[in-house]
Amino acid sequence: MGAWQSYRLRLQRKRWRLRALRKSRELRPASDRTDRIRPSDLLVFCTQRNEGVRLPYFLRYYREMGVNHFIFVDNDSTDTSLDYLARQEDVSVWTTRGSYKRSRFGMDWINFLLRRYGHGHWTLTVDPDEFFLYPFCDTRPLRALTDWLDASSIKSFSAMLLDMYPKGRIDAQPYEAGQNPLEIAHWFDAGNYSIRRNHRYGNLWIQGGPRARAFFADRPEQAPALNKVPLVRWDRRYAYVSSTHMLLPRGLNAVFDEWGGEKASGLLLHTKFLDTFTGKAEEELTRKQHYAGSTEYLAYAARIRDNPDLWCKWSEKYINWRQLEILGLMSKGNWA
Amino acid sequence: MSVGILMLVHTAFGRAEQVARHWNKAGCPVVIHVDSMVPAADHDRFVEALGDLPDVTFSRRHRCEWGTWGLVAASQDAAELMLERFPDVRHVYLTSGSCLPLRPVEELIAYLDERPRTDFIESATTADVPWTVGGLDEDRFTLLFPFSWRRNRFFFDRFVELQRRTGFRRRVPRGIVPHMGSQWWCLTRQTLSAILQNPERRVFDRYFRRVWIPDESYFQTLARLCSTNVESRSLTLSKFDFQGKPHIFYDDHLQLLRRSDCFVARKIWPHADRLYSAFLSDPKGTQARQEPNPGKIDRIFTRAVDRRTRGRAGLYMQSRFPNHGWENGVTAGRYSVFQGFSELFKGFEGWLARATGAQVHGHLYGPGRAEFADGQTVINGALPDTAKLRDANPKAFLTNLLWNTRGMRQCFQYGPHDTPEIMWDLARDPNAQISVISGAWAVPLFKSNANFADLRAEAARLQKIESAMLDELRSPDARARIRIWTMAEFIEAPMEPLQAVIDEIGQTAPRRLAEAPVLEDLAGFGQFLQNLKNQGMHPYLVGDFPVEPAPRNSHRPARRPYLVKK
Repeated sequence: MGAWQSYRLRLQRKRWRLRALRKSRELRPASDRTDRIRPSDLLVFCTQRNEGVRLPYFLRYYREMGVNHFIFVDNDSTDTSLDYLARQEDVSVWTTRGSYKRSRFGMDWINFLLRRYGHGHWTLTVDPDEFFLYPFCDTRPLRALTDWLDASSIKSFSAMLLDMYPKGRIDAQPYEAGQNPLEIAHWFDAGNYSIRRNHRYGNLWIQGGPRARAFFADRPEQAPALNKVPLVRWDRRYAYVSSTHMLLPRGLNAVFDEWGGEKASGLLLHTKFLDTFTGKAEEELTRKQHYAGSTEYLAYAARIRDNPDLWCKWSEKYINWRQLEILGLMSKGNWA
Repeated sequence: MSVGILMLVHTAFGRAEQVARHWNKAGCPVVIHVDSMVPAADHDRFVEALGDLPDVTFSRRHRCEWGTWGLVAASQDAAELMLERFPDVRHVYLTSGSCLPLRPVEELIAYLDERPRTDFIESATTADVPWTVGGLDEDRFTLLFPFSWRRNRFFFDRFVELQRRTGFRRRVPRGIVPHMGSQWWCLTRQTLSAILQNPERRVFDRYFRRVWIPDESYFQTLARLCSTNVESRSLTLSKFDFQGKPHIFYDDHLQLLRRSDCFVARKIWPHADRLYSAFLSDPKGTQARQEPNPGKIDRIFTRAVDRRTRGRAGLYMQSRFPNHGWENGVTAGRYSVFQGFSELFKGFEGWLARATGAQVHGHLYGPGRAEFADGQTVINGALPDTAKLRDANPKAFLTNLLWNTRGMRQCFQYGPHDTPEIMWDLARDPNAQISVISGAWAVPLFKSNANFADLRAEAARLQKIESAMLDELRSPDARARIRIWTMAEFIEAPMEPLQAVIDEIGQTAPRRLAEAPVLEDLAGFGQFLQNLKNQGMHPYLVGDFPVEPAPRNSHRPARRPYLVKK
């Protein structure tokens, strides 16, 4: 990469950071407990809207993993989720009525909060329907991973989005608050992911899975990106560029090995396809607040009406992280 | 006689205290060195916490940055203090704060009592071991290293380069041969005091002060000078990853560590509560005394290094995306590509599946869809047959299919109608076996019921595409197992090449083919080719196909498909 390109990315990074600062004026603290954050704490950053039904399990899952504090942005929820979050002892929450789309799908808000509270911490940036999975997560807490990453001088950790879906109609089984969504959506696609390199940012661009298979078969280039780098030892100079798909400086995107080896990586189990999804998709059609004019949601809405069964004969049933490791979806890398 | 424990501590003081108490309870005196970088408050708290134990003392503090002299100086001071303060000590064992004794201390004492003259220190000459990371093996003893490797890597590297280029070499003091090995040793009083009281120690110290990573070579080298009985292995189980960084043990390694029968393990994650409580609690009846056997534990760590450096062949994923040429196997398994066979033989796919037991697909890269075996629309790994998804990344489609069907031999048909972008990936993949009958695309044209002008145009188009494909297959960089016949050549004696191809697939026991595939009826084909030629379109890829039916056919009154028999 030439000096010019490098300089342009530097300018771009500064622009995202300035933008985050500007957009931060849309945020109002609803419950600020950030004074309880200790220097070694593991933090989760999350934007949510009307996810009240998902939050109880979400918080439980990450608390059990060893996360110490949650930082939420509530985007104008109309359900009780804001009150619920404000009551949690380990949650700080900001609220905003600003446009999700015009804050670059929440990333400006999150970039600001990361800069302000994430500096020096291991930070995990996820959505309420994403469940982080890493090697040995059944026997070792998240801190074991971050300690190991520290010892290995690794600053960012990759976790591809793995879409989970139920067998049968998406709305067949209602999801209840506090329930593990994987009880309903525990099927996934094991081996239909297509990977390209994005030379500009140095990251991989991964597409595929049930969404590409069922909704984007005729225009694969528009299928959603699945590559994510959610776990980062944050520094105030960093910025997420597009969702958590990539960051700047671009060295943080080098989460894959180019010389034949495997780096350690995890997965984000994406439990979007529950009965709550149909409603979300309908709402998005009118709100139009999602990526690329909500094409994704338009595609869903079209398919969802006739046959929302993503399951096929070759779908794989989720057992544990070791299964996903053997299937080659994630890797232990050098960690043993 | 007892064993004296030296402990180098710089963090996780709670754990260090626990371990120190454990050693002390078994009657081992402990000398602790605390890194001088540790804040005074932490240090004082730590010293105070161990204040109730008279046999636990603290030595003079040094600054212990990785790979520097401070670690050796710390060990020297601590060892001197140990030898002076505790005259009963016969063996001195160097450990760190993150070491954990795995077997009852009594067993270690008994083990050493049986070997009163043995020094346990891993020590090898640099020429003979490939341990070093970064290629600094002999150079570490002959160059200067004023820049920190951790903090000033750039200058470190440049300075090494400069010295190499100018041919700079330090003189190794007379009488010593540089050796290196694990830092964690267990030496006898005799050897250790001989090292520390050596009349030339000043010379040696001055030399090693400027050696890179002296803690891996100071005692290792001098023990060779002073000891009568070096057992070149460490009693501490310590595994290193590909960057030379120690592997860390967690709770889930408990059984593995138990079975290793090693005395001490390093390094333990400070929050591994189960490990600490399991190994520091009172032993419940000692088992038969066994030699340490780290072999079992070796395997999983060797595999981890292998995974990190070589990875799984044929896997492309979020954290493994090898550059061109670095794949260690472009695809996950061997497979066969057939071009022209299904055009020339009736029911070739079914026949091939019967003959080889392999999974035989149609045209995987066909223009309409991927023709998976048995007419499936989705195959292993939920890989769909959609042409657009496939053609958005043809290589990923191939590598996915082969990864998903690991352990099952894959065969598929290919031809000039199919996605051409994949050809080069096939040709350069040593896992591919590619068999081509060139010009066989003419057979379906011959059979079709289209206007001759259209046929001519189509034939010209296909021939052009196939010709480009053959060029790729004949490239000097093609690594696949490639066989190419012209169609004329092939039907002279079809069973010969078929047998060779099937034998190479090697799924079934090598035997002659019992059943032969049925050749398409080719009567009139020669004339068809001639007509093309007459229209100015020479189907040269078909080879020299006779215009008149071959003599053996010509005597037959009735035209019928014939069986090829050997």
